[in-house]
Amino acid sequence: MNILSLLILIPTITMIGIIISPSHKIVRLVALGGMIAQLITALVLMFSYFAIRKAGITDIMVFYQDIEWFKTLNIHYIVGVDGISVAMIMLTSVIIFAGILASWEVVYLQKEFFIFLILLATGVFGFFISLDLFTMFLFYEIAVIPMYFLIGIWGTGPKEYSAMKLTLMLMGGSALMMVGLLGLYFNSSVDGHFTFNMMEIAKVNIPGNIQMYFFPFLFVGFGILGALYPFHTWSPDGHASAPTAVSMLHAGVLMKLGGYGAFRVAMYLMPAAANSLSWIFIILATISVVYGAFAVIWQKDLKFINAYASVSHVGLITFALMVMNKTSLDGAIIQMISHGLTTALFFALIGMIYGRTHTRMIDEMGGLIKVIPFLGVAFIIAGLSTLGLPGLSGFVAEMIIFIGAFQHVDIFHRVLTILVASSIVISAVYVLRMIGKLLFGPVRNEHHLELKDAKWFEKLSAGTLIVCLVGIGVAPLWLSNLISDSLSPILSKLMQFSSLYTHIF
Amino acid sequence: MIDYTYTIWIVLIPLIMFVILGLFGSKMKPNLAGILGSAGLFTTTILSYLTAYFYFFKAEPINGAFTSITAYNVEWLKFSDSLSIHLGVLLDPISVMMLVVITTISLMVHIYSIGYMKGDSGFQRFFAFLSLFTFSMLGLVVSTDIIQMYIGFEMVGLSSYLLIGHYYEKPSAVAASNKAFIVTRFADFGFLIGILLVSFYTGTFDFNVLTNNDASVYTSMGHASFLGMSALTWGMFLIFIGGAGKSAMFPLHIWLPDAMEGPTPVSALIHAATMVVAGVYLVARMFIVYHFQAPGTLEFIAYVGAFTSLFAAIIAITQYDIKRILAFSTLSQIGYMMLALGVSGYGGEGGVGYMASMFHLFTHAMFKGLLFLGAGSIIHAIHSNDLRDMGNLRKYMPITFITFAIAVLSISGIPPFSGFWSKDEILAAAFEHNKLIYFSSVLVAGLTAFYMSRLFFTVFYGKKTDYKHEPHESSLLMTIPLMILAFAATFAGFIPFSSFVTSDGKAFESSLSLSIAIPSVIIALSGIVLAFLLYHKKSDVPDKITVSLGFLYRATLNKFYFDEIYLFVTRKIIFNLISRPIAWFDKHIIDGSMDGIAWIIETTSIKIKGLQSGQLQQYAFVFVSGTIILVLFFAYWFI
Repeated sequence: MNILSLLILIPTITMIGIIISPSHKIVRLVALGGMIAQLITALVLMFSYFAIRKAGITDIMVFYQDIEWFKTLNIHYIVGVDGISVAMIMLTSVIIFAGILASWEVVYLQKEFFIFLILLATGVFGFFISLDLFTMFLFYEIAVIPMYFLIGIWGTGPKEYSAMKLTLMLMGGSALMMVGLLGLYFNSSVDGHFTFNMMEIAKVNIPGNIQMYFFPFLFVGFGILGALYPFHTWSPDGHASAPTAVSMLHAGVLMKLGGYGAFRVAMYLMPAAANSLSWIFIILATISVVYGAFAVIWQKDLKFINAYASVSHVGLITFALMVMNKTSLDGAIIQMISHGLTTALFFALIGMIYGRTHTRMIDEMGGLIKVIPFLGVAFIIAGLSTLGLPGLSGFVAEMIIFIGAFQHVDIFHRVLTILVASSIVISAVYVLRMIGKLLFGPVRNEHHLELKDAKWFEKLSAGTLIVCLVGIGVAPLWLSNLISDSLSPILSKLMQFSSLYTHIF
Repeated sequence: MIDYTYTIWIVLIPLIMFVILGLFGSKMKPNLAGILGSAGLFTTTILSYLTAYFYFFKAEPINGAFTSITAYNVEWLKFSDSLSIHLGVLLDPISVMMLVVITTISLMVHIYSIGYMKGDSGFQRFFAFLSLFTFSMLGLVVSTDIIQMYIGFEMVGLSSYLLIGHYYEKPSAVAASNKAFIVTRFADFGFLIGILLVSFYTGTFDFNVLTNNDASVYTSMGHASFLGMSALTWGMFLIFIGGAGKSAMFPLHIWLPDAMEGPTPVSALIHAATMVVAGVYLVARMFIVYHFQAPGTLEFIAYVGAFTSLFAAIIAITQYDIKRILAFSTLSQIGYMMLALGVSGYGGEGGVGYMASMFHLFTHAMFKGLLFLGAGSIIHAIHSNDLRDMGNLRKYMPITFITFAIAVLSISGIPPFSGFWSKDEILAAAFEHNKLIYFSSVLVAGLTAFYMSRLFFTVFYGKKTDYKHEPHESSLLMTIPLMILAFAATFAGFIPFSSFVTSDGKAFESSLSLSIAIPSVIIALSGIVLAFLLYHKKSDVPDKITVSLGFLYRATLNKFYFDEIYLFVTRKIIFNLISRPIAWFDKHIIDGSMDGIAWIIETTSIKIKGLQSGQLQQYAFVFVSGTIILVLFFAYWFI
């Protein structure tokens, strides 16, 4: 059996296992066991991918498998991975593992919670391995729908409002995306047969004017998921209401679906339009980065802080994608992974702190590092990664993006790079302000003196993410190598049309 | 040929110590953590000394010049075939000298801290962070690559942040640590843009290429210009901003005085001897580029250095906090180093400023480290930082008294103490190059002697004797480092620096010029005498003078209101005029329009849902009336 299909099968079996589990304790053990199996599978996948590349196999996609499942419309179940998707799969499996641990003590409708959570992850895994646009879209919807229930049922605060808002905005995104996908489908024919197969479409040269119609649909559609300015407002409300593990998965992985899709589908399949329209999106991305960072400074709720910081950091991904050279694209993918890990760690810790103090307002807390040193230190590490400190993954990603973007021949891009790079100062301001208020100073609420530090599952959850952050931060070369080979086919398509860009400026 | 590969361990041992102490420190006995940290550092120190010995005395200079040796280099990130980031160890005269300085001071501070931090609840954490700092600083000075330097800048910034905030329960310490990090981050932003600019044109990050004698990599930069300055001048200027932030040059100096919230050994190590000279080191590292490619920037550096040194010396006169006085004096002395680089030429005798700057860096590390550790010993004894709580301490703390006296004489530039020799070289270089800077530097020399003596006489002579607990001399763990550093501060001036550390690596003869030395010694002595008259016993003359100066005095006491200006910019402008409106805009306009769309859909749906009422009569009514309208319509149209 293809190892990629295993990535769908394991979560499915886990969900069945959860349904038949007799007690609370067994439910979470089954969930954890399933996700450990998933993590191991992902590791095996990564190492076999390295082995395959080392053996000199240069296929664009490996572990390729093609099964027809709806003949009339020529829809297939096609899976295959390259370095980029392997990296994203690794990210997802680490975060879902940490997410399960972070929800160890969920009691309310526990079975349903874990089922929805794993269903969401299944959708994400499916999305990353799919090469058929229809199947990919299907998995995308599988990932988005459970979100509504997870926030609406297990959330906090104005959860119905947030759940509805998030789902509607993302559904709006899917509607745009669907139009774009159909546009691709009906222009995919060489010999009279339409296809959803991405690798086939990539060989077709879609006429430039058609690309100009459909690229905005696809890019904005995915962009909404990637919190593209000004369609980012679902993110603060959604994250603020979502339960911990959902925030982790959502900010950590689901938002990356946007960037990944924009890159893999929109830019890869419509390179001409990507080049001629990139100036619009690069400006929007620059606004996202700076605007998001400034907006954080004024926030008081920890989740809002991280949500806006995410807007800023995810904006950096879009920015790097739109610069469209090898280094910056490499940086964009690494930023997806780095931001995924960092933000998941942040949301995990915010959840753990909230579970103890029952507040997320930084004004109502203080001096916590004295009482809960493990969580405090982990929180500082997450903060340092957010502000891009060397030795943690955030620095690597930002550095690659800045260097890559600044290598651009065009002065417009270099000026924008400087603007975007100014976010390293703003992020230092908001991160240190948050850490200073939350962890340092005198303990502001005397009830907080009795708080207990992290339990084993919390330590394991945060520890896993920290190890990944440090691992990438200290030795980034392997990750960069994993990604950069796979960029070539996409890059060469983009490069063919790069002259379209220059006559605008 | 000597194999220097082992030098990587100089950097790695402190890192390993940090990891060990960071992970397991809290389970150790405090003293074990202290001894472990110090032992690790002792090994590093020995290795550094060996390296210096091999490098300066055993290696064969090529063409009479010390060459730079890449002892270790590993690819860390690769962007293209030509552009990649390397991490490694680069040995050349300045980096080897810095290894000696850093490990010496750090070892002294480690030993001292075992005594000073005794009983502190964060003892193990403190030693872990000291190791982290030492690792970062060593990694910074041995950079083979400008990005490694940037990484080092960030890492020392982090360790400085963590150590300033050691007493994290004190809000003032937290504020100070945030300020230090953010101000230097802002400067690092400039540094980063500078790196990007320079690397864009040169296509490399490698110091060996960037600072090569053959400057062909810069030729392509000649054409591009912006606002009347060439791209390279801009790049080098922005890189200097990074250095100015770390070295607390005006107007980025505001973080350093506040950084004194950290424990005193930290101030000695980070905020006096090592980290704050990182900016000077950066300029020295890229000196050849500044000198040949961006002379305008170098001129600017000279003025910034001269101004900072004067500005800080004036403020130091009026302060009452012993550590803040020392902090301002650090600013002033670093200004000296910067201006020396700024006025320096390249090669041979012309490079005397460069040599003087490095020389002063070396001697300053010794005597300023000593001053801070001495101040720590005083603070430890009487539990106060305030000069007004001190007096007559020579009776209680003889070792501190004598070592402090040596340091004061040294910083004041009295022969034969080390400060005299290096300061003399700086003045000589300034005299050659720019008279205005020279006179300002001589004035600073006088001011330095005055405020240091004011501090000295107030603390060790003066009136006060009514201590609640009788002060006593510190333990040997603290006084032995004082004695060692006092020894260094006395004799470091006799090192023939011009044979080792020069701008082009070639040794040259430098001699003491009496025409420079005599006036500066006279002015220093008069400063000391004046301070002696005013402060050696209680008198009301200083108070009268301050009253007669009025506003000028208050402005100086308040450090010329720079903190207030910065607070205005951050609080009022960034927080209230940028951040708050953006947050509002996002909530009400952007999000509001999203909610608005939802509202429109909902309202429309409510309005039209009445049509689907389910009442048969209503449907029948609509059906019949519709039919009639259509019939009438068609009848009108066709007939």
